[in-house]
Amino acid sequence: MNEPVTKVLGDSADAMPPPPRAGKWDIAKRELRKAPWSAKFGLLVIALYVLAALFAPFLTPFGESEIVGESFMPWDATFILGTDNLGRDMLTRLLYGARNTVGIAFITTCVAFLIGGTGGMLAAILGGWTDQVLSRVVDVLMAIPQLIFALLLLTIFGTSIPVLIVIIAVLDSTRVFRLTRAVSQNVVVTDFVESARLRGESLGWISFREVLPNILPPLVAEFGLRFCFVFLLIAGLSFLGLGLQPPTADWGSMVRDNATLITYGDITPLLPAGAIALLTVGVNFVVDWFLHKTSGLRDGK
Amino acid sequence: MSDLNNLKHLLAQGKITRREFMAQATALGATAALSSTVLSSPSFAAAPKKGGHFTIGISHGSTTDSLDPATTSHTGTQLINHAVYNYLTEVNDSGEIIGELATSWEASPDAKVWNMKLQQGITFHNGKSLGAEDIIASFNHHRDEKSKSAAKPLVAPITEIKADGKDGIKFTLSGGNADFPFLMSDYHLAILPSKDGKIDPTGGIGSGAYSLEKFDPGVSTKFKRNPNYWKSGRGHFDSAEIVVISDVAARTNALTTGATLGMDRCDLKTVHLLKRNKNLEVNKKTGTQHYTLPMNFKVAPFDNADVRLALKYAIDRETLVKTILRGYGAVGNDHPIGASQMYFAKDLEQRVYDPDKARFHLKKAGMDSLEVTLSAADSAFAGAVDAAVLYKEHAAKAAINITVNRVPSDGYWSNVWMKHPWVMSYWGGRPTEDWMFSIAYASGAEWNESFWENDRFNKLLLEARAELDTNKRREMYGEMQRIARDDGAFVIPMFASYVTALSKKVGHGKIASNWDMDGLRCMERWWLV
Amino acid sequence: MVAQRLGLGLLVLLAVSLIIFLGVELLPGDLAQAILGQAATPETLAAFRKELRLDLPMHIRYLEWLFNILQGDFGRSLANGREISELIGVRLGNTLFLALFSAVIAVPLSLTLGILAAMYRNSWYDRAVNIVTLSSISFPEFFIAYILIFVFSINLGWLPSLSNVSPETPFWQRIFLLLLPALTLTLVVVAHMMRMTRAAIINLLASPYIEMANLKGMSRARVILHHALPNAWAPIVNVVVINLAYLIVGVVIVEVVFVYPGLGQLIVDSVQKRDIPVVQACSIIFAATYIVLNLTADILSIVTNPRLLHPR
Repeated sequence: MNEPVTKVLGDSADAMPPPPRAGKWDIAKRELRKAPWSAKFGLLVIALYVLAALFAPFLTPFGESEIVGESFMPWDATFILGTDNLGRDMLTRLLYGARNTVGIAFITTCVAFLIGGTGGMLAAILGGWTDQVLSRVVDVLMAIPQLIFALLLLTIFGTSIPVLIVIIAVLDSTRVFRLTRAVSQNVVVTDFVESARLRGESLGWISFREVLPNILPPLVAEFGLRFCFVFLLIAGLSFLGLGLQPPTADWGSMVRDNATLITYGDITPLLPAGAIALLTVGVNFVVDWFLHKTSGLRDGK
Repeated sequence: MSDLNNLKHLLAQGKITRREFMAQATALGATAALSSTVLSSPSFAAAPKKGGHFTIGISHGSTTDSLDPATTSHTGTQLINHAVYNYLTEVNDSGEIIGELATSWEASPDAKVWNMKLQQGITFHNGKSLGAEDIIASFNHHRDEKSKSAAKPLVAPITEIKADGKDGIKFTLSGGNADFPFLMSDYHLAILPSKDGKIDPTGGIGSGAYSLEKFDPGVSTKFKRNPNYWKSGRGHFDSAEIVVISDVAARTNALTTGATLGMDRCDLKTVHLLKRNKNLEVNKKTGTQHYTLPMNFKVAPFDNADVRLALKYAIDRETLVKTILRGYGAVGNDHPIGASQMYFAKDLEQRVYDPDKARFHLKKAGMDSLEVTLSAADSAFAGAVDAAVLYKEHAAKAAINITVNRVPSDGYWSNVWMKHPWVMSYWGGRPTEDWMFSIAYASGAEWNESFWENDRFNKLLLEARAELDTNKRREMYGEMQRIARDDGAFVIPMFASYVTALSKKVGHGKIASNWDMDGLRCMERWWLV
Repeated sequence: MVAQRLGLGLLVLLAVSLIIFLGVELLPGDLAQAILGQAATPETLAAFRKELRLDLPMHIRYLEWLFNILQGDFGRSLANGREISELIGVRLGNTLFLALFSAVIAVPLSLTLGILAAMYRNSWYDRAVNIVTLSSISFPEFFIAYILIFVFSINLGWLPSLSNVSPETPFWQRIFLLLLPALTLTLVVVAHMMRMTRAAIINLLASPYIEMANLKGMSRARVILHHALPNAWAPIVNVVVINLAYLIVGVVIVEVVFVYPGLGQLIVDSVQKRDIPVVQACSIIFAATYIVLNLTADILSIVTNPRLLHPR
């Protein structure tokens, strides 16, 4: 385990999700067996959410927006989690919510990291004017309050799902950019990057072979959180009437629609919020495991 | 009735429960409505008392608010107006018109010339005494060519205002209007003191029950009692404050923790839980506020009367009232006149949800199915998007596929309303039939949101406006309601109640239903028990 | 370098003001329509626009605004004609007070939690702290606020649910009124900072010099505090700054729920009413805050990294 950091990282990064290549299956299985319970729990949660998202229509007898009863019916055998404010089955909405929100959140976060990460690394490696221009552009974008900016953009461009994804991704990427640039700067001045530069390696090589592997851990930690912030931003946007189109179920709007009940001690709004929380905890447990592996530490205990 | 009074007394002393009261009162033959009126006011026995500080949480209010009555647009500023200013006339708690600064009035036979007598000996907060010049200056603020007043269309028919003797004022109109005194109670038309023929619209000086102490737009407004207030039995609080709390949960929390003594617009989702609180009373007033779904009459498919009827039959009004309004409202009959109004057509049959009839009319229009898009945002009314989703489910049974298009709340009234072919909208309503029909249903009216035109309807509107005979008017307005219901390019599914919650420390008389918060006059009318 | 950055900062401010101006202009409707709403007629709209000079072409209005701002005049609100500097003054103070109060609780708390979590990584403590903080950021902030109000205001009756302060409110009274909003904001930002602290430190623990320190038999606390932490500052400071900026710029929803008169509410109201001068003034203040904070973060990153401080 005392090999160079980059080496270990390469292996375990492939090992985290079960890889399609058969040759790596054994490594994956071995890693998984050794994983702490928290990581196993996290993987289980993610797997369950993916299953729920994929098979939502088969898991529930009701339609996504079908009105099946009175509003706010209590929990019983037919409506396991009761009904919502319009009399739609809560469990059904939750399952479909997984389908709609998790997918969008995942894509958005990936796009945000693609834009922000690349930009941040370039700024750090190239420095000079590239850095100044990129950083100032990001300053401009970040200096405008996020909700206000989203409001302006979505009102101008309309609220289709692709537009929503692009706008949230761009706004989020500014935060990713700052972080990436900050951690990359620490790496860029190290000896091995210097020597790569002297060797005359290409920009791509330096970015993806020298810098990226060394900044991955904080980025992955950030990924776990950004992922969950997307849900919250969608909830905030639906507060302004700019979220997903109804009757599409999404967890953010579901929390919002029923939030006032909590002031009377009714736990209905806790369900979608809990669904987000569970996924966040799950994702971040897996992230922690990954961090631990890439850090090259022996087991901390 | 003396037995009923006796019962009231027992109830007030706590010797019988409300349930027993209801049972016995019904046995005595008192109508349910009467006994619930008694019950709805816990302080019915107590006489108004002076003193104390009153704080109320109000949903509307923005940092961009102004004191100028010309731009008053929501409950927050409307309440300020009615606390600080007086008007020529007032709508009382039974919906009748009574004089405020005007003591009496008479019209010429064609209802074109109106003479009003003014109250004498009234002084404004700045010490100036009221005269005809103040009325003229206040009206000219709205009539002026450069005026940005929202009340401009209302005062446009006034061709001349003149002082008439020492205590009178004469209005000349371009066309007869039997409801003119009602128009004078409009919340924009406040009377302010004049100086050199002009008023200071943002000075906050009036002749009302309270003088303005501090106006902090979008945050709070503080008032002090006007010690020289001329009305007896009005203006009871020593001081008062309107706090803007736009978040409904925050508004409710402020009331339940005692930080405020009242709130408007209860959260209908949780009002059944709020009612369990023994220190509060929840009031419901169904008046003229209604929700509309105007279709653009000029574009297909809404230019076809059968398509419009099909859409009207395809909505389950009962469910909407039950789900969106949680029962705090009444079903609408596709015309804008409320059951509490003078010329409401009682004998007009209520339209009900009937998918078969909807299909029938669709067939008649030569269609097997229909695809339409309904644009909605919650700025139209609370629950508008949910209502659209419910409607979609109802209409599906009649082979009508409604696509719900949620649009941003921001900019709804300028970007979507009267721009998209089919939208959600609401009206606070107006106290008279003529006023309501004229602003939103007459051909060519600025706010004719459906662009609907019906010759017979428009002809009746003009005739009824100048008609002083009540029975003839009733007949005309009845026919107009029928035309609107059967031909109109709008679905009017429900009338929404104003739902307010008050601490039991607040006393009040019968609560008016013409506007929210006791006809917007809660500050003047209520007291602390 | 700092001077250059400040100069560039002014350019950023200019760009922000231009974007905001264009953005609000591109939004459908204008102030006259927004204020008159359903009651707008072409005639009154025209009169309103003329009075507010909204009938002028937009580049002229922008240049006018820019010219005035260079002379330190923020102008007046279009909606109610009040001096913007006066309108903003009190609210800016309120916003900064709440941000500072929350930061004083949140930053030390999250750094401590994060360092401890890194020290005792994978222990029960680590997992518990993670679960609690992760759950708290999974809830939208209005929801956290509702839960806190339900517990502390309605059930226990300890704290007020309204934070309606005025300039006359004495300091300790203000602190008392702001406890719930500050607590809400703390819960919102702690997880992010705490997890970044933890991750940044753990990332360094495998470095040879840490190994060396461990081999020398130093205590775990000493290794982390004296050897790992100084090198982990860059990402930590960045996340702290992002969150500080959030505490100033992004608290609209907390302001709404607690009825706290801050800048967030003002800018949202003004965007909805298209009151451009007010939106512009607020944006400039927010942007300036960001620039100063970012500059601080960059300087701190450099100062804490010897290699960046003395580039070869």
